Amino acid sequence: MTTFTPSSPAEVLSTVQWAAAEESPLEILGHGSKRGIGRPLQTEHTLDLSKLTGVTLYEPAELVLSAHAGTPLAEIEKLLAENGQQFAFEPMDYRALLGGEPGRGTIGGVLASNLSGPRRLKAGAARDHILGVAAVSGRGEAFKSGGRVVKNVTGYDLSKLMAGSWGTLAVLTDVTFKVLPAAETEVTLAIRGLLDDAAVAAMALALGSSAEVSSAAHLPERIAARVAAGHLGSDAATLLRVEGFGPSVVYRIEALRKLLGKAGPLQEIAGEASKTIWRDIRDCAPFADGGARPVWRVSMAPSHAHHMVMALRMQAAVDAFYDWQGGLVWLSMREDDPEAGLLRGLIRKFGGGHATLVRASASHRAALPVFEPQPPHLAALSARLKAEFDPKQILNPGRMAPGAGSATLPRSTEGAAP
Amino acid sequence: MSGLAMPKPDAGTLNRRAEIVADMRIIVPGEGVVDTANEMRAFETDGLTAYRQLPLVVVLPETVAQVSRVLKYCDERNIRIVPRGSGTSLSGGALPLEDAVLLVMSRFNRILAIDYPNRIVVAQPGVTNLGITNAVEQEGFYYAPDPSSQIACSIGGNVAENSGGVHCLKYGLTANNVLGIEMVLMNGEVVRLGGSHLDQEGYDLLGVMTGSEGLLGVVTEVTVRILKKPETARALLIGFPTSEKGGQCVADIIGAGIIPGGMEMMDRPAIHAAEDFVHAGYPLDVEALLIVELDGPSVEVDHLIGLVEAIAYENGSTTCRISQSEQERLSFWAGRKAAFPAVGRISPDYYCMDGTIPRKELPRVLAGMRDLSEKYGLGVANVFHAGDGNLHPLILYDANVPGELDKAESFGADILRLCVEVGGVLTGEHGVGVEKRDLMPEMFNQVDLDQQMRVKCAFDPNHLLNPGKVFPQLRRCAELGRMHVHRGQIAFPDIPRF
Repeated sequence: MTTFTPSSPAEVLSTVQWAAAEESPLEILGHGSKRGIGRPLQTEHTLDLSKLTGVTLYEPAELVLSAHAGTPLAEIEKLLAENGQQFAFEPMDYRALLGGEPGRGTIGGVLASNLSGPRRLKAGAARDHILGVAAVSGRGEAFKSGGRVVKNVTGYDLSKLMAGSWGTLAVLTDVTFKVLPAAETEVTLAIRGLLDDAAVAAMALALGSSAEVSSAAHLPERIAARVAAGHLGSDAATLLRVEGFGPSVVYRIEALRKLLGKAGPLQEIAGEASKTIWRDIRDCAPFADGGARPVWRVSMAPSHAHHMVMALRMQAAVDAFYDWQGGLVWLSMREDDPEAGLLRGLIRKFGGGHATLVRASASHRAALPVFEPQPPHLAALSARLKAEFDPKQILNPGRMAPGAGSATLPRSTEGAAP
Repeated sequence: MSGLAMPKPDAGTLNRRAEIVADMRIIVPGEGVVDTANEMRAFETDGLTAYRQLPLVVVLPETVAQVSRVLKYCDERNIRIVPRGSGTSLSGGALPLEDAVLLVMSRFNRILAIDYPNRIVVAQPGVTNLGITNAVEQEGFYYAPDPSSQIACSIGGNVAENSGGVHCLKYGLTANNVLGIEMVLMNGEVVRLGGSHLDQEGYDLLGVMTGSEGLLGVVTEVTVRILKKPETARALLIGFPTSEKGGQCVADIIGAGIIPGGMEMMDRPAIHAAEDFVHAGYPLDVEALLIVELDGPSVEVDHLIGLVEAIAYENGSTTCRISQSEQERLSFWAGRKAAFPAVGRISPDYYCMDGTIPRKELPRVLAGMRDLSEKYGLGVANVFHAGDGNLHPLILYDANVPGELDKAESFGADILRLCVEVGGVLTGEHGVGVEKRDLMPEMFNQVDLDQQMRVKCAFDPNHLLNPGKVFPQLRRCAELGRMHVHRGQIAFPDIPRF
């Protein structure tokens, strides 16, 4: 058991070349803050990128930042904040949910797991902000893709291919992200006491207005008490975040008040209190109970997801709350069984989407597909891609699916409308 | 064609043309197969009109099953395919090949679903970009990416090219606004990537497909995100005595935390050509003209207009007009939007380039362009998506003067080399196609290109889909598949511990 801790891209290349020649699988690791997501790995060696650090380029006026893959996200976010900027995609911190020290995680891990947060709805995820990468493929070849400019269609977008690939195609050594100005002001409008279906309707109305709502979440009764140290109280809270320049925020909140005044009692939350609420929603704080019961992250069309949750409740005991206008569902199972088959069947029944088992025991993660299984043609395509980039299966083998690029669904579901 | 090497036509395919045409008529009955030279003439080129080639046969399928059968048929017989949307590509992405079936998707022209609560539209790939907005604008919605060809270009083509437009600084490119596609692989398999939810499960193949220029699959359905129209939009028209001052103004606007809906710059030759053409009221005594459009609630727009105006004066602007009406805002844009045809009036032909640079390099690149203009003896006018650094130099030439097209192309290549040299890229939104194919090594080394080709090998291992585009040199997938790392031949035969 060897842990390699390279401090330069050249050392990463040597390590991967060695592993490729030996056909010896590597676990690719940043800080290991998301190590508990995916099928458990059984690799002899570990490639630890936490010493491959440093911001290599930051030009605020050009809205661009480059860093070695092992650079701590927290360090980069501090630097951006000092310049009034941020990653608009609001990368979440899994540590609250998965346990361990908060504020860990590397910038390479942000891309490899395609992190995002409540602002995903308006601003996209890591995939939407990555401009370029340098990486080493499982063949032991160092390559680059993209660049440092936003408008770029030169060749295939391999940078996006790295997003959400969980270290199974290549080892990132450098990433270049678009950065954006942080909003001057933020205010959250809360509608209290709504049931899921009324909340989803209210959020759709708000997002369909010109109020430029940047985030919309619904915390059902009792779940609301689990954010912001209970300051929100336990009544259901449907939350709409408005960000921007002061006069504009005031105007848009007023527009939302007019639009939603009849939906239920309204409450305004500003400044740090608002920020805390959204940080807790981002990090799935309501289910960060230090336990190990299964937690799912489900993405569906916003108006479909709560129907799936209702149907699920009839057969299994779950706690749920919604982000992304209702389209992102965080589900916490009250029993030890993840109910993967039941959940995924209901997701298909209610319009399609995908579910990731983000928290579960190692035995569940070994036995069940953590990532959404794909129809056979798509799974085969993913497997061919994996084989092209990592023919010897040395990079995080089996993390996303046993033996290949992705898990497979029965053939009967191929081509079915989502 | 001026020295552009395309894949050698396959004699076997050419000899079997009659049989292939007959089989295509079985797969796509009715009017869907066009095989006379006269009728195929309409398809011999795209927006890059310098290159023309009649295809083997033109096939216009109507159903996904037909697309699948055509591709499977061709895959099994080693017949090449060139997909085509509306044929507005400026880089020759839809340029036919003599031995390839031209698969035209224009009959896929229906909108399949409009879903306001989820803010999505599901469309067939032949629906025009503007057609999507037209379908939802009565309810106050629109589709944000707005390439200048939006009245004609298809949404399927937008996916293939990852199209942008003047609003993409604030609202993103096609890749940021597409949620899902259905596509057919070269072997005829139909797959869905993404859907009406956010983030594709598994690898981001949707991200890879977007901008893949028709080399990976044929898109048969697209799901896009629509947005509510901003309440209002106003624009500033700002003149500067130097492009440096204009460039600094752009940097300062962004530095102040303002992301305008659109931010466009023109240089002196472009300003003059546009003003002569549409009489937009542009100042003629400036070196750089900046249009800054702010959109949103009027209270926000008014607030930001004040800030931008102050930044402009600090940067030595000599004129600054603020639109007081929708009519005046549109008049500011009239010259910019007519810039290409305006340049077409002052020169028999023009050649439009598409490099992107880090914004701060603008003065250096403009100066370099002036030198190149002298060297080649050809004029150049510049329009520039200033917010995101995407340059559109228009090289003026006369195709009837022997050698001038070659000269214009060499000039263009030098401009793109300059863009790469300062940290930019070959193409911001027009695509590589055939036009910039041979310049790819300026930006990527062989290993970089090999990784891109490996993606191609996973989708289309026999290089049958749109060959001769994007990649300067086709390498067999089997050859690429060999591992070049062998035991004992590497730097660290023992386990290295760093």
